[in-house]
Amino acid sequence: MSRARVPLLLAAGLLLTGCAHPSTGSADDDLGRPVTLKFWHGWSEKKEVAAIDASIARFEKLHPLIKVEATGNVPDSTVNQALRAGGGNAPDVVSSFTTNNVGQYCSTGMWVDLDPFLAKSGLDKSRIFPAPLVRYSAHQGRQCALPLLADAYGLYYNKDAFEKAGIARPPRTMSEFEDAAVRLTQRTKDGSYRQLGFMPDFRLYQNSPDRFFAQWGPRYFDGEGKAMLAREPAAKQFFSFHRELVSALGGYTQLETFRTTFGDEMSSQNAFLTGKLAMHLDGEWRGLMLDEAKPGFRWGTAPLPVPDDRAGTYGRGYLTGTVVGIAHSSRHQNAAWELVKFLTTDTDQVVAFANAIHNVPSTNAALASPKLDRDPAFRTFLDIASHPDSTGMPPSVNGGQYITALQDFGYAVEAGKVRDLDKGLRALDRQIDDDNLQSAN
Amino acid sequence: MAPGTAPAALRRRRTRERLRTLGFLSPWLAGFTVFFGYPLVATVYFSFMHYNQIQAPAFVGLRNWKYVLQQMPLFGPALWNTLWLVVVMVALRVAFGIGIGLLVTRVKTGAGFFRTAFYLPYLAPPVAATVVFVFLLNPGTGPVNEALSAVGIDAPNWFNDPDWAKPSLVLLSLWGIGDLMVVFMAALLDVPKEQYEAAELDGAGAFARFRYVTWPSITPIVMFAVVTGVVQTMQYYTQALVAGKLASGVTVGPGSVIQPGYPDHSTLTVPQLVYSLGFQNFNTGAACVLSLVLFAVAMAVTSLLMRRSAGLLTAED
Repeated sequence: MSRARVPLLLAAGLLLTGCAHPSTGSADDDLGRPVTLKFWHGWSEKKEVAAIDASIARFEKLHPLIKVEATGNVPDSTVNQALRAGGGNAPDVVSSFTTNNVGQYCSTGMWVDLDPFLAKSGLDKSRIFPAPLVRYSAHQGRQCALPLLADAYGLYYNKDAFEKAGIARPPRTMSEFEDAAVRLTQRTKDGSYRQLGFMPDFRLYQNSPDRFFAQWGPRYFDGEGKAMLAREPAAKQFFSFHRELVSALGGYTQLETFRTTFGDEMSSQNAFLTGKLAMHLDGEWRGLMLDEAKPGFRWGTAPLPVPDDRAGTYGRGYLTGTVVGIAHSSRHQNAAWELVKFLTTDTDQVVAFANAIHNVPSTNAALASPKLDRDPAFRTFLDIASHPDSTGMPPSVNGGQYITALQDFGYAVEAGKVRDLDKGLRALDRQIDDDNLQSAN
Repeated sequence: MAPGTAPAALRRRRTRERLRTLGFLSPWLAGFTVFFGYPLVATVYFSFMHYNQIQAPAFVGLRNWKYVLQQMPLFGPALWNTLWLVVVMVALRVAFGIGIGLLVTRVKTGAGFFRTAFYLPYLAPPVAATVVFVFLLNPGTGPVNEALSAVGIDAPNWFNDPDWAKPSLVLLSLWGIGDLMVVFMAALLDVPKEQYEAAELDGAGAFARFRYVTWPSITPIVMFAVVTGVVQTMQYYTQALVAGKLASGVTVGPGSVIQPGYPDHSTLTVPQLVYSLGFQNFNTGAACVLSLVLFAVAMAVTSLLMRRSAGLLTAED
């Protein structure tokens, strides 16, 4: 061997050690033997952790040979990095608070395909779960996740402020919404806001553009998987309406300055809670928090308004939710499936967990269950979740990167940096396609 | 003595010397290979591969390079912001460091107080310092804007304004000038007093004394401060990320990813983009391309500074 080849081989060896493929698991485990499963989830608040722990206790009672070691407050970044790194301490069952990354989990094989497990258990996913939830937990025919409770987005409104402004009911169309937002806005003597009807800026709390855009029922990708926002008339309508709303409420600079006076979303200084906002976009969990915080006004919930030319779709909303799956590296995939199956398809379990943390149940049977919480504010979100026109985000090969691109575009639009919406949307499509191509293997 | 014995002994001695030298160098060589050589070679290798850190790498030629240099809209702003910070932040930090160094070495009373006061902020952890700055400069509720408003000054929106976000980061870096103050203070105290006395006798004023006595004596230290400042600023990450994220007020759920650089990509730096691409989007190839671009720029800037014609090095240095 020549001298020159030695360093070359050494370099090649070093490179290969740097890209060793993480270990892969198997579904050969015997359910008749005791096993301990590692379960990573994102819940961190005391009540939520107690609820998931109670769920695990119910599962262990049903499956005495399976013990579950749960680890909470695990973000997606940790799941993503841990499963890519591999190793013996990687989890068996994994969950994510968002559906944004499902495409990434499915396309890379990081979360295993659950269809064979569903078939083995004789479960028909199209009968068990509402259609949008099945769609957002699969990617290109690969069902690598199942919904574990859902989140629906709607409108919270200050009933006292509505009464004072002489508005009889929550707005149902976008023109009613704009009118209400303007009428509910009160200013101080120096021209700044005392109360804002609605804060349209996309950076506020849950105001991400994809959530509001769901009211238009948009299509993001065509049949070939190419971004089609420039070809989707709803996109231009949505951003035009948003620009109009920002302008009607005082302009971007003034709104952004007012936003800097808001406290943290999950604190007692939340802008809706402190009365700075009269209407507010949020998820179903906010109701429980408002109940506990006891604000000094009466509040209610309603679906978000819809565009005037789509008034018949009123009641729809944006859906997302927690999803759960099995790690590709798990060597106990049969046992892991038992846990996933219990958490996602057992009606009593789903209802009990939904009631405990005030999330929307994710199965058809649970949604129809008489045991579900009767609170009317919560019921609004159950109705949104059941609405046939409610939608989630389509999973993509690079996770939520296209949603981040959409958010970035939204920030530029509201700041007045996009003068030509058509041109901007075409550039956005190009960027999404380039990013997707770059992520595809 | 048999013919050829002497050269053989000489060769053996030279070999022993080489091995000894290599032995002494080996800790450094091992560190260099593992922590610099290998990562650099691997970075070049992965810049031509599609690798998502879970599936086997696949050769894609120049696709990653094309993506970064032609198709990624954030590359331009990130590179511009990084270079802006390198030029403005490093220059102002060095100038301010010399100024504060002069102040604390010349002040007649309270030198201990001033030295402590200027050094203490440097000890604050970068994240904590940035959080405090963002709260102090909050346009809606911050005390700085309230005070400016009370005296009739229309205060800027600091970290919430694309035009003011980078200058606000520079302000933050000037507040933590303690490290450079110590370096320049030591350099200034090292300038021979006799030279100042001689210059004074020759009638040199304060500026002339600084120009012809102080500056030539401290240029090697200025060079050190500039080169380390450039390298550090090329890697600028924490403060920009924390300031942008905090000022944006955007809530990030456990699964969501936030695009760094608020407002309007004005605080986005290349290292933030490298992390975002490599460990949020798992686009390893593109992240490696960006790292190589950053490496090349850092090398080019440092080489320029190291040239004598840059005026910071003399023949003696």
